[in-house]
Amino acid sequence: MSGHSELTTGPLEYRSHEDRMTVLGFWLFLGAEIALFATLFATYAVLFGRTADAPTPQELFEMPMALTMTFLLLTSSFTCGIAIHEMRRGSLKGLLTWLIITLALGLGFLGFEIYEFVHYAHEGATLQSSAYWSSFFVLTGTHGAHVTLGICWAVLLIIQLKKRGLNQMTARKTFVLGLYWHFLDVIWIFLFTSVYLIGMVV
Amino acid sequence: MKNKWGKYSFLLAAAFLLILTAGCSGMPVLDPKGPVGESQKNLIVFSIVLMLIIVLTVMVVLTYMLVKFRERPGRGDKDYDPEHEGNTKLEIIWTVIPLIIVTALSIPTVITIYQLEEPPQSSSDKEPLVVHATSADWKWFFSYPEQNIETVNYLHIPTDRAIEFKLSSADSMGSFWVPALGGQKYTMANMRTTLYLQADEAGTYKGRNSNFTGTAFAEQTFDVHAESTEEFQSWVEETQQSAPPLSQDRYDELLAPGLLQEMEFSSTHLQYVDHGKMGSGDYLINRHQDKFEDLPALEGGEDVAND
Amino acid sequence: MMDFLLNEFLVTGDPLIYGAMVSIVLVSIAIVFVLTYFRKWGYLWREWLTTVDHKKIGIMYIIAAIAMLFRGGVDAMLMRAQLTLPNTEFLNSQHYNEIFTTHGTIMIIFMAMPFLIGLMNFVVPLQIGARDVAFPFLNAVSFWSFAFGAMLFNLSFVIGGSPDAGWTNYAPLAGPNLNPGPAINYYLLGLQISGIGTLATGINFMVTILKMRAPGMTLMRMPIFTWSSLITSFIITFAFPILTVALALMTIDRIFGSQFFTLTGEGMPMMWANLFWLWGHPEVYIVILPAFGIFSEVISTFARKQLFGYKAMVWSMLLIAGLSFLVWVHHFFTMGAGAGVNSLFSVTTMLISVPTGVKIFNWLGTMYKGKIRFDTPMLWSLGFIPCFVIGGVTGVMLAMAAADYQYHNTYFLVAHFHNVLIAGTVFGCFAGLTFWYPKMFGHKMNEKLGKISFWFFVIGFNVCFLPMYFLGFMGMPRRTYAIEPEWMPLNVVSTVGAVLMAIGFIVFVYNIYYSFRYSEREKTGDTWDGRALEWATTTPVPFYNFATVPEITGPEAFWKMKQEGGTTYDKDNLEPIHMPSDSGVPFIMSAFMFVAGFGLVWEWMVVAIAGLIGILACMVVRSFDYDHGFHVSVEEIKETEEKAREGEK
Repeated sequence: MSGHSELTTGPLEYRSHEDRMTVLGFWLFLGAEIALFATLFATYAVLFGRTADAPTPQELFEMPMALTMTFLLLTSSFTCGIAIHEMRRGSLKGLLTWLIITLALGLGFLGFEIYEFVHYAHEGATLQSSAYWSSFFVLTGTHGAHVTLGICWAVLLIIQLKKRGLNQMTARKTFVLGLYWHFLDVIWIFLFTSVYLIGMVV
Repeated sequence: MKNKWGKYSFLLAAAFLLILTAGCSGMPVLDPKGPVGESQKNLIVFSIVLMLIIVLTVMVVLTYMLVKFRERPGRGDKDYDPEHEGNTKLEIIWTVIPLIIVTALSIPTVITIYQLEEPPQSSSDKEPLVVHATSADWKWFFSYPEQNIETVNYLHIPTDRAIEFKLSSADSMGSFWVPALGGQKYTMANMRTTLYLQADEAGTYKGRNSNFTGTAFAEQTFDVHAESTEEFQSWVEETQQSAPPLSQDRYDELLAPGLLQEMEFSSTHLQYVDHGKMGSGDYLINRHQDKFEDLPALEGGEDVAND
Repeated sequence: MMDFLLNEFLVTGDPLIYGAMVSIVLVSIAIVFVLTYFRKWGYLWREWLTTVDHKKIGIMYIIAAIAMLFRGGVDAMLMRAQLTLPNTEFLNSQHYNEIFTTHGTIMIIFMAMPFLIGLMNFVVPLQIGARDVAFPFLNAVSFWSFAFGAMLFNLSFVIGGSPDAGWTNYAPLAGPNLNPGPAINYYLLGLQISGIGTLATGINFMVTILKMRAPGMTLMRMPIFTWSSLITSFIITFAFPILTVALALMTIDRIFGSQFFTLTGEGMPMMWANLFWLWGHPEVYIVILPAFGIFSEVISTFARKQLFGYKAMVWSMLLIAGLSFLVWVHHFFTMGAGAGVNSLFSVTTMLISVPTGVKIFNWLGTMYKGKIRFDTPMLWSLGFIPCFVIGGVTGVMLAMAAADYQYHNTYFLVAHFHNVLIAGTVFGCFAGLTFWYPKMFGHKMNEKLGKISFWFFVIGFNVCFLPMYFLGFMGMPRRTYAIEPEWMPLNVVSTVGAVLMAIGFIVFVYNIYYSFRYSEREKTGDTWDGRALEWATTTPVPFYNFATVPEITGPEAFWKMKQEGGTTYDKDNLEPIHMPSDSGVPFIMSAFMFVAGFGLVWEWMVVAIAGLIGILACMVVRSFDYDHGFHVSVEEIKETEEKAREGEK
């Protein structure tokens, strides 16, 4: 709203007062998301070991697959960073290219996750099997759903970027998407450590 | 306005005190019959006294402010100071005093919390009597593993001896509560909690489930008969001899959601299932899940427990 | 099909429910008729359903909250009737269980919170000199998702049956094993949908307050109600995700067969209690802190003095907010978590009384050397102090875990939380509404009727709830529909009190009508000789709030402006004002949430997915919407302001 200064220099996505509010609002939203995932992690921790008659995580978890998924998502976070960097340089083409690479990596991650879920289901571990497996599927599934949403969001943004080019509003939207994507990456690091690594050892 | 307020706060305090002193007899919590309830009552009375002091202080200060500083004809700007914005010294005082009160309350609270985790001191010369109390919709099973008897919706206990209640539930979460003997504890499926109680006076005390469990929650009550060791012993022997043993089929039948009369058996259900163990939650569900689809409508107001 | 309709879909067999159905249908027809007859459909859509104006949204919140207060109040009266006439089978146990469940849920989620959020919506932007909230579109989504969530929840009464496991909805009682059918799903989905809106409100108001204050208004110069709103928003943002997860997990348990809180599959019912209260206790402070803010504003205005110990007031609220996340176990001391855990949570809970006590004494200090007027808002605030103190000290008693074993689940507890929630939140809402009413509607509420309603309500309140402490000592558990003979006399006293409260409420509502017809219209914007910026605007408030935003040089901005001169209409410095455009998307999107929720309640996946697609489609539409809003021209501002300020001269 008027009365607040519009900047003419600095990153495109921070120039108007509205931009700065949006970014702060999104940070707060990520704070709420952290509370949400923290609750899911706590649930997982509490229900750990309650596998009832279903297989245990040691029997099912496989290092290579978890590592591949980690590699894909971490790389996608990196390419997303490059995309934002290209945006700061004012290169729409660079931005789009790296954004699409990010998307592809994200899709790869999702593919592996779906394969993993189906595989576990075949081995007799489903959402319904036991308290532990319920918490496993809901925790990883919530993360997966976030990734899916992020991908759809990115597709919408790519269309908008194509249509409108790089301006203050598209820049802000892209930047916010970047925040979201990095956040999902951070969550995955926790997931990888506390679910897969610990699940394979304990 | 002044009189109304003064009267109002005075009436409040007076009513509070009056009912408190007059009504203790009808209030099992304030008239306990055993050491557990006694220690809780002492804590309650101590806190009520401290709290009344606080309430009265606030009422007096409030009344003073309203009387002294209300806008009234002829007062003008006397004693009126719109710029007055605080007084650090006073604020420190009313931070520190509550802190002292909280400390004064915390110490006996914590001591009592720890005490209640152990059997009462007064009967430490005797081993506690173990009774498994299991709640199921909407009844209570009491199993005496040492005596190998089981009762439904009532129990006998000896006086002057600690009772170690091992609490669990076959389905919804209940709370085992005998106000005259002491505070309650939850009964939960798949896990066990322990509650120590003791009766020092013989008598029949009302016990109930105090945690909402659905349809017939209001009728989920039981009687506790506290009696001398000899009387208790003869009741045990009589039950062992005259009551039928509890077969698994019979137990499964009793577990179905509904109300039961008082009953007794010369064996316990613990040989079939211990609801306090992890994984036992399936037991009732496997047998009676369908009955929860269409629960009987239990009509209001009347005591259906012994129909 | 007919069989399903009569036996499962519609609730049948109870005259009360038939009555409710008939009245719902009649009221709906009446509304449709009136809107059509007076050709108001367009007006309704343009001015209200699509609005993003924080003032109108605030008013809609308050109207909805009062309607919900009526619904929850009727529930309360039905309970009192049953407990007074237990032998007439007025309600059977199932019906009673549904009534106390909806009473609790509606009063907390659909009455207390929206009422306060409504006041926040109306007041906060005005107090900080902003022209709207940070995200007006999101604000509309918040309101409509609350409204549709509330509608879904209330629908359960006539379609499918109401939830009946208590407002705490404890597992396993509320789980799929022991409580199949749609009833509990209504609870889960109704709360989920409105909870999303509340979370958005939290984020929205944090950004608004942090980023949109008038120039010169530092944090420590903010009006105290704005401070309380900021802290409340903070609690909302970090507590509501926990509820979201808890509700989602139980929904998945019930609809998709997972094993989180179930008896089978090694599920853990107790985790529900933990998650619920991890949100639930902060929730208590969500509904009390804004009320504290209101009392501070009102007491300072009517004592005609600055607030005593402003800094301590702010810090005590921050402390309460922090502690609110560290006390949740006190809701189930009797779960047997062990002496160490219970001791810890006893002490943290008791500690909350320290900052709360500081606030009480600071309110008393505010009156010291004041010139106290007794208008209705002040009466509510003064009634609050003694009543809330009683609730507070009994709270400390409940915090003592060893004693709590005797209070838990009894009427002692019921008395306690009504003593804090009614004396705190409800009195606060009434104080706030009567205080800001002139700003909202351009006329005061009638003082005489206001005082009558206050005295009925406050006396009735004490007559109703004080006896309950003793019922607790007598061993009467909460949530029982059948009572022992010895509990009878005090229950009758309680009911008499409840009737007095109901009369108070009716007079309050009648006062709204009466004042609309007969109250003198406001000529200035400053009804009560106010102190904060909301009184600096004209009444009614122009849609852009402030023609020019004043420079703030100290606390109590408007008080200072009145002394030093200053205006929100600086003719020489007018600039075009940028305002957001209205949008129908929030309404439509929330309607789709309702559809998705209804589908999930009945496990009709096609309906649920259709609703979900609708929600996503609305999001896509929003994403492609590059509407930058519009500018109000200087001429238009001048015209509006000149007209509004005619009466002042």
